[in-house]
Amino acid sequence: MADGRKEPKSKYTMDRGMPGAFEGETVTRRRFMTATVHGAGAIAVAAFALPALGFAAGSALFDRPPVEWKPIGATSDFPDDTYIPRVITEVAGIGQVGKTTIYVRARNSDDPPPNPPGYDEQFIAVSTRCMHLGCPVRYVDAAKRFICPCHGGVYDFTGSVEGGPPVRPLDRFYTRVSGGQVEVGARYSVNSEFRRHPSYRDPAQDLDGIGQYLYPGRFSTPKMD
Amino acid sequence: MKLPLPPLPTALKPKPKRPGEAERVKPLDQVKEAGISTVDWVDERTSLSGAARWTMFRKVPKGTNWFYTLGSATLFAFLSQAVTGVFLAMYYDPSVTNAYESARHITNEVFLGEFVRGMHKWGSTVMVILVCLHMARTFFFGAYKYPRELNWVIGVVLLILTFVMSFTGYLLPFDQRSYWATVVGVNINGTGPIVGPFLSDFLRGGAEFGATTLSRFYAIHMLLLPGAIIALIGAHLYLVARLGTTAPPWLQAESGDGIREENV
Repeated sequence: MADGRKEPKSKYTMDRGMPGAFEGETVTRRRFMTATVHGAGAIAVAAFALPALGFAAGSALFDRPPVEWKPIGATSDFPDDTYIPRVITEVAGIGQVGKTTIYVRARNSDDPPPNPPGYDEQFIAVSTRCMHLGCPVRYVDAAKRFICPCHGGVYDFTGSVEGGPPVRPLDRFYTRVSGGQVEVGARYSVNSEFRRHPSYRDPAQDLDGIGQYLYPGRFSTPKMD
Repeated sequence: MKLPLPPLPTALKPKPKRPGEAERVKPLDQVKEAGISTVDWVDERTSLSGAARWTMFRKVPKGTNWFYTLGSATLFAFLSQAVTGVFLAMYYDPSVTNAYESARHITNEVFLGEFVRGMHKWGSTVMVILVCLHMARTFFFGAYKYPRELNWVIGVVLLILTFVMSFTGYLLPFDQRSYWATVVGVNINGTGPIVGPFLSDFLRGGAEFGATTLSRFYAIHMLLLPGAIIALIGAHLYLVARLGTTAPPWLQAESGDGIREENV
């Protein structure tokens, strides 16, 4: 052409004079083979990489452990004006590491009713996991408070945050009474109004205001009954 | 006055070369040449000597000083961690019930166990310090600027991987400090909005610190991260050889007509 530009090539291989071209064929054999080899490679990689990823993350994220109700003592063991410590096994089969201390008392007239009702009608079992970053808190009877040794978190008698960095009240465990025995079930989290969140959150995850949307419930919520 | 040497008996005299015969190779010369011929044999088949020359005999700018050794120091800290780590793995048992006991066994009973474990423990701190110094050197000398930005990015990834290494390795002795530090560390990961809860579940291998947490950390610590770190160190070093090192910034002020490069 006069201005030196080439005529745009036809998209049909036949028009471009390729040997063995078919009528209406637009993909050259070279391009087809390249795409096939790349595709085969991608499938081969995906065939081992995807199962490996699923293996690493699947049961960690989605397994829902069944809840085992554990008897912790007779109903008469627990007063309503102080906490009695009990050691329960949260994760079975790993020895001391799977055990945790909980503080148990009877519900008194100052407590708001369980929300939603159904469990914890008579007893309250408080977790010792600090809601700042998970250190073990301890109940100091003289002060009627829970104190965390790590970063100075303080909770009042009900487990509400009174000072320090924790973001929500101490977790609790489901309780029920069966045959004169107090039994504890799965852990659950509460917001500052003690509304129960069955899918318990890790420490430092706020459950009030925007926090309840920023920290969604986990898929690994324990299966009740 | 120097006397002439007595003549040698005929049997001991070196035989004169026959015409047309090549110089005979003596056994001593063969031994002397053995090293060179081995290298030649490999090089003829791989052409590695070009790559080695390209890597090692580079022009370095005037003013190169001791601060430029911090990267190599970090590399050697990593090598030390890799070697001691491999040998610690021969005695260590990453199960919840035996981990503490096997770590105690390494320290108290295995020959040189306390030394090798100490090397690994203190070496990890040394490596973090050296990585930070190396990064500070790069920053203050302006060595992150064009065309070395990508090397800075790789370096930042290596910094993060080093921290993850420290975090996952901290759990392995499985004493009280390890356990609670890991609980706190995983919960810090959990504070990330939206993905946080799932990230901490992934790290723990479930909603609670369980039997798989320790082996998970161990696999990340001794298989996943070392591979990633070695690959990225390779890329980091390739770019150093490709782009060369920078002159210290104070040299620019001295000479107006740019910096002379000298072959060292």
